Amino acid sequence: MWRDHLTEIIVFSLLFLLVSVMGFVAARWRAPKDMAHLDEWGLGGRNFGGWITWFLVGGDLYTAYTFVAVPALMFGAGAAGFFAVPYTIVVYPLVFLVLIRLWSVSHRHGFVTPADFVRTRFDSPVLALLVAITGIVATMPYIALQLVGIEAVLKTMGVTGESTLARHLPIIIAFAILAAYTYQSGLRAPALIAFVKDSLIYVVILVAVIYLPYKLGGWGDIFDAADAKFQASPNPNDGVLLNGNNQLQYVTLAFGSALALFLYPHSITGVLASRNRNVIKRNMSALPAYSLLLGLIALLGYMAIAAGVKPLPGASAGSVDNNTIVPLLFDQQFPDWFAGVAYAAIGIGALVPAAIMSIAAANLFTRNIYKEYLKRDASPAQEANVSKITSLVVKVGAVACIVFLDPQFSIDLQLIGGVIILQTLPAVALGLYTRWFHRTALVVGWVAGMGLGMWMLYQVASPTRKHFGGSAFPLEKFGFDTPKTIYVGIVAVLVNLAVAALLTLVLRAAKADEGVDGTVGDDYFADEGDPRVTPGTERDADSAREPVA
Amino acid sequence: MASYDFPEVCQMAAPEPEATTTAPVRAKDHSPWNWLLFIPIVVPLIPAFFNGDSPRIFGFPRYYWLQLAWILLGVSTTTLVYQLTKKRGER
Repeated sequence: MWRDHLTEIIVFSLLFLLVSVMGFVAARWRAPKDMAHLDEWGLGGRNFGGWITWFLVGGDLYTAYTFVAVPALMFGAGAAGFFAVPYTIVVYPLVFLVLIRLWSVSHRHGFVTPADFVRTRFDSPVLALLVAITGIVATMPYIALQLVGIEAVLKTMGVTGESTLARHLPIIIAFAILAAYTYQSGLRAPALIAFVKDSLIYVVILVAVIYLPYKLGGWGDIFDAADAKFQASPNPNDGVLLNGNNQLQYVTLAFGSALALFLYPHSITGVLASRNRNVIKRNMSALPAYSLLLGLIALLGYMAIAAGVKPLPGASAGSVDNNTIVPLLFDQQFPDWFAGVAYAAIGIGALVPAAIMSIAAANLFTRNIYKEYLKRDASPAQEANVSKITSLVVKVGAVACIVFLDPQFSIDLQLIGGVIILQTLPAVALGLYTRWFHRTALVVGWVAGMGLGMWMLYQVASPTRKHFGGSAFPLEKFGFDTPKTIYVGIVAVLVNLAVAALLTLVLRAAKADEGVDGTVGDDYFADEGDPRVTPGTERDADSAREPVA
Repeated sequence: MASYDFPEVCQMAAPEPEATTTAPVRAKDHSPWNWLLFIPIVVPLIPAFFNGDSPRIFGFPRYYWLQLAWILLGVSTTTLVYQLTKKRGER
């Protein structure tokens, strides 16, 4: 009952109110001369320094869903859930090498989205459209999942109701407020709120990892309790260590997720908003602080085992909702007011990435669909306006997903999202290094990778479901005589690459038209203060070509 | 095609003041030091290193403390490469 959680609800609401006010005030923070420009609304003026970028990108990549779902996975499956740690270690050197080039070329040409880059690099509106649509489709369920994070908290506080509307009302209100200040302040809102979110999370986790082991008899006992639970369970693939069958899955999932993470439009938005190359490079050294945090958060799953937490029932009868274990652990072990702070950390933690993701999706729509196909001569002010409205539509869509559909649908889509966003790797990431691939070959490779990825995901069964049961594909379905599994995304992107490479050779031999590369080698190293960059309002993506010639 | 290669050639050849003023803001990133970054990409993905229980440190099985320790590997490598490839004159 919610009355038992009154203190928690009050603390939660006060902190939520505080960040809402900050969200609206953010429009005046580092105030631009002219907010009616996509660079201002959608990229915060492309002028964020080291600290802001650290909080923004950290708040962006480590979402509320991560904080809830990773410990839930540890709780349910053990060691396999720890993939989040190597995954978030591997991603930073990759960004350091690859996305820095995207920053430079985008800075030079005024690109706002990865699809902008692909459009100019490969001279192919079709490929750009595919990249944009992939980005939007992959991002939408991710936004919806942030709501799952908030709902896990609300459920634990007893804020539920009988009817669909009553149960979802708090989420709808929260997202309406979020939508309003994102509309007004753009990327500045999540950037400012990220300070509060991350500070709260750091405090909560530091307290949790010092105080909880002390209460639960020490780390050794916590790991032993987890071990005992997995020994007793009939599932052969759980345990506190990996076994011979899931190591390949663990490694490919960690690597594939790292590749997918920096291809997600919201990560790219965070990176493009930084002021210069050094800000990004310094951040790639400093952001792993969040990985340490994530590793410790993951272990909350084992603490919940040691503390004997029983997850709340799920949406369908007889099922359990493992996502509630972290909120329940806090409720059980912390004084009420501190549990309230912890819940606020998760709740606000959902707002920052949701805002950035909706901005990223809106930018993709505006630049690569609206401007490309609907209104070619759109002014920067019109672009900003379309983006603002699209960000509203995207959030309404995310709420509708959660209210009207089974949340499981969003979880499935997010699983698919990681696989499909990987299919933009040849065009976006490799495109930053080479234009060797033919544009048509990239399109066909994308189709092949997408088709195979979908088929493989469909084939994956879990104990409770026949299809879309996870991303671990059993290799025996390919005819190999082995119980090993592999991450779907890696296989799909390898096939995508192979198809693109073969077809490129064919098209080269046939001398098919390759289009014109709008970038030059030097663009990939451009930095802040480059005199070839046309400043501010007069810029659009194409004009950057001219000053050089 | 050929006409499009022109700007790049022109820019390199032209003895205009612009060529000298643009040079300092161009990062030189073709450093061999960048290869070091493959260490924190490859090492955390080899389960043979970390997939075991002993030795335990503060009660953490090796699987957990060693994977958390790779974070330090990642931080130190990126920091090192950043310092080694930083533009001159900024130190």
